Amino acid sequence: MTSISQFRRVLLGACLTVLAACGGSGHSADTLVFGRGSDSVGLDPALETDGESFKVCDNLYETLVTYSPGSTQVVPQLAREWSVDESGLEWTFHLRTDVQFHDGTPFNAEAMLFSLGRQFFPDHPFHKLAAGSYQYWKDMGMDDIIADMSAPNDSTFVVRLAAPNAPFLSNLGMNFCAAVSPTAVRTHGADYFKNPVGTGPFRFVEWLKDERIVLARNDSYWGPEPQIKRLVFRSIQDPSVRFLELRAGALHGMDNLSPEFLDELRANDQINLLTQPGMNVGYLAMNNDKPPYDDRRVRMALNHAINKQSLVDNFYGGLAEAAKNPIPPMMWSYNDDIEPYAYDPARARALLAEAGFANGFDTELWAMPAPRPYMPQPEKIAQAIQADLAQVGIRARIVSMEWATYLDKVFNGHHDLCLLGWTGDNGDPDNFLYVLLDKMAAIKPAQNVAFYRSDELHDILVAGRTQTDPAIRTQLYREAQRIIHRDAPWVPLVHATQTAAFRRQVDGFQLHPTGSKWFSATHITTSN
Amino acid sequence: MRRLALLIPSLAGISIAVFLMIHLVPGDPAQAMLGERANAETLTALRHEMGLDQPLYKQFGRFVVDLLQGDLGRSFRTHEKVTTEVFRRFPATCELTLAAMLFAMVGGLGLGLLAAVRRGSTVDYFSMAVATAGISMPVFWLALVLILLLAVNFPIFPISGRLSSYTYLESRTGFYLLDALLAGDLRAFGDVLRHLALPAVTLGTIPLAVIARMTRSSLLEVLGEDYIRTAWAKGLPRRLVLLRHAVRNAFIPTLTVIALEFGYLLGGAIITETIFAWPGIGRWLFLAVQSRDFRAVQGGVLLLASLFILINLLADMLYAWLDPRIRYDRR
Repeated sequence: MTSISQFRRVLLGACLTVLAACGGSGHSADTLVFGRGSDSVGLDPALETDGESFKVCDNLYETLVTYSPGSTQVVPQLAREWSVDESGLEWTFHLRTDVQFHDGTPFNAEAMLFSLGRQFFPDHPFHKLAAGSYQYWKDMGMDDIIADMSAPNDSTFVVRLAAPNAPFLSNLGMNFCAAVSPTAVRTHGADYFKNPVGTGPFRFVEWLKDERIVLARNDSYWGPEPQIKRLVFRSIQDPSVRFLELRAGALHGMDNLSPEFLDELRANDQINLLTQPGMNVGYLAMNNDKPPYDDRRVRMALNHAINKQSLVDNFYGGLAEAAKNPIPPMMWSYNDDIEPYAYDPARARALLAEAGFANGFDTELWAMPAPRPYMPQPEKIAQAIQADLAQVGIRARIVSMEWATYLDKVFNGHHDLCLLGWTGDNGDPDNFLYVLLDKMAAIKPAQNVAFYRSDELHDILVAGRTQTDPAIRTQLYREAQRIIHRDAPWVPLVHATQTAAFRRQVDGFQLHPTGSKWFSATHITTSN
Repeated sequence: MRRLALLIPSLAGISIAVFLMIHLVPGDPAQAMLGERANAETLTALRHEMGLDQPLYKQFGRFVVDLLQGDLGRSFRTHEKVTTEVFRRFPATCELTLAAMLFAMVGGLGLGLLAAVRRGSTVDYFSMAVATAGISMPVFWLALVLILLLAVNFPIFPISGRLSSYTYLESRTGFYLLDALLAGDLRAFGDVLRHLALPAVTLGTIPLAVIARMTRSSLLEVLGEDYIRTAWAKGLPRRLVLLRHAVRNAFIPTLTVIALEFGYLLGGAIITETIFAWPGIGRWLFLAVQSRDFRAVQGGVLLLASLFILINLLADMLYAWLDPRIRYDRR
């Protein structure tokens, strides 16, 4: 009997504890909780390649230059100003002298040389890391762009290029070029990615893997003091649960909203929906190496056959824009004068007949197996395109396979037609046009999966890389888009829109074309 | 001892199977990792870094040598050591599994016992209806219904996570209930308990149903045995007959079910972990498979398989303790 009554007492105690904790969990007006679909991979900006890592790094670190709000125009950050010599090879950056890292060590040219030098110099003590490699540095071709770098004094950082390269400056604004504390890297070595120390408006506090990352305000920040004291990134994989958390007020904001919640969201007066044209493109590439896609008339016919607006309405919940150029409309040099190929099945049939395919032809349409940011439902989009093509007599068979195999085969040109896309990195048109459509990118394994080779376009794109005058570059890229439109190697399909939702009391947050999430200007007006 | 020795060939078999499965499926892990950004140079460099440019037998040799030194390597996806990844997530999965099994055992044994003792009564039908519903309900559906009912419409419990965004807890053991107690923080303890409730009920419902049905049927079988009739005939009190003679013997098949369910749950429950944003091992392993992070998959599966085998070994030893007729080392 005694043991039973003891058990009852313990049970009662436990219940009372639960009830005591039910009274709420101490919401605070100076803590902002942001929900996202998955956790960061790591917090070493040079090591990471995924958006969820950058979301946190954006607030911990800073770069020599950054992008102005709402555009990809380059503006100063850790560098007060910069100059380039007449040869276009030597770039000199004059650094701010009032900046220190979160660990109290000073930011200077030596620290910048360390941050970029560890990625560039093969003999740097931190060039090889057990935790991974500097993937983004390699992806952006920085080893070929840069010839040398040095720190002649504390406030001057010099980079010498191998050849004049205009997109180089935009690359410097990306996360992988951020300043990291040399002291912290030396202290933590391969574990630096979970002990990050930057110069940004927030400093690192805690990381509970797959649960949350907590940042706190950097009280010795050189710029305007952030208004929120704590910034919590929560990982909630299920989009409907994430949305319920926002609705219940447990989250202040979230991103990557599923289209099915949009109507409810728009009707909810407690939540604001934010949208921003995305820096991406989803496209259908036609393999120019394979007949009949070596015939421009056939490629133009496909451009007329596909109803892009219907794809936007049916598979993106309206949160996308039908594409007419390979680069998105928010990017500088976008050529809006181009007249898109109208959805016109009759014109498509006429062009096919002219090319000798009055009875159509059989083809393979490759669709990726996994949703991508620029194409959330690739299989369904493939089916819609298949139906559109059938209207003009093209009998397309949909082919899909595991993602890695898909990329491998597409990069090696096994397909007739394939769906693919691209998300821009640095806001420079070169990062779309040269990477995806230049003849040099058509060498297998190729990223130019249309295998489109134009000497005329190549000359323009090379000139665009070497010219540093923005006005001349703009003209060159506008002309490049005209040539691409004329030759029609792709059917550019859509530019997907970025989304985020915030509780009404959150103010000052702005989505950025690059996808960066900066919280330093964000504040909460009243408690939740 | 013989059974412990059998552990070694079992684990060797598992490592070979996992290694081959990962390496023989089509698709290049380096390509999967680089995605649209892959080009000839970056692919070659990453393949070299991952050791994929070596012949398969050399890759396996390297894996075995590292394994014997207790090194499962670093995950390509998360930069982290595989052992650290597994042991960091294991407490979350274990805490949830223990809570779910506690719910399943208390509920399942209770319902099963009630149904068997009152066979054919309304209580029996009701218990078995609950058990059948428990087995039939899809987990994701039950999870969402519980969330909508008890976290959204009647906000008694939180929707997801292990801890509220405003609660700070120094994680010493990774078992948050224990950590809260060690810190003497009752508020945090309550917060953790509230977060544990819905995922535990979701995860425990199927085992509860299985245990209830198993308990009922094995108890009914035992209640028909001669020695029970003798016990009744001796005039022993009802409680004594049921608890000491019937339940103890009827418990052996139920124990098998509990051990199996426990082992499965410790491997992580992808759906429950995903819906409740629970940072457990199931979802981690799922993401590792999805991104072809073969070191993480090899190491993770190996550690979990060892654990599964150990739990079953433990259950076998418990049989012997419960029923002295069962002996393993005696012939």
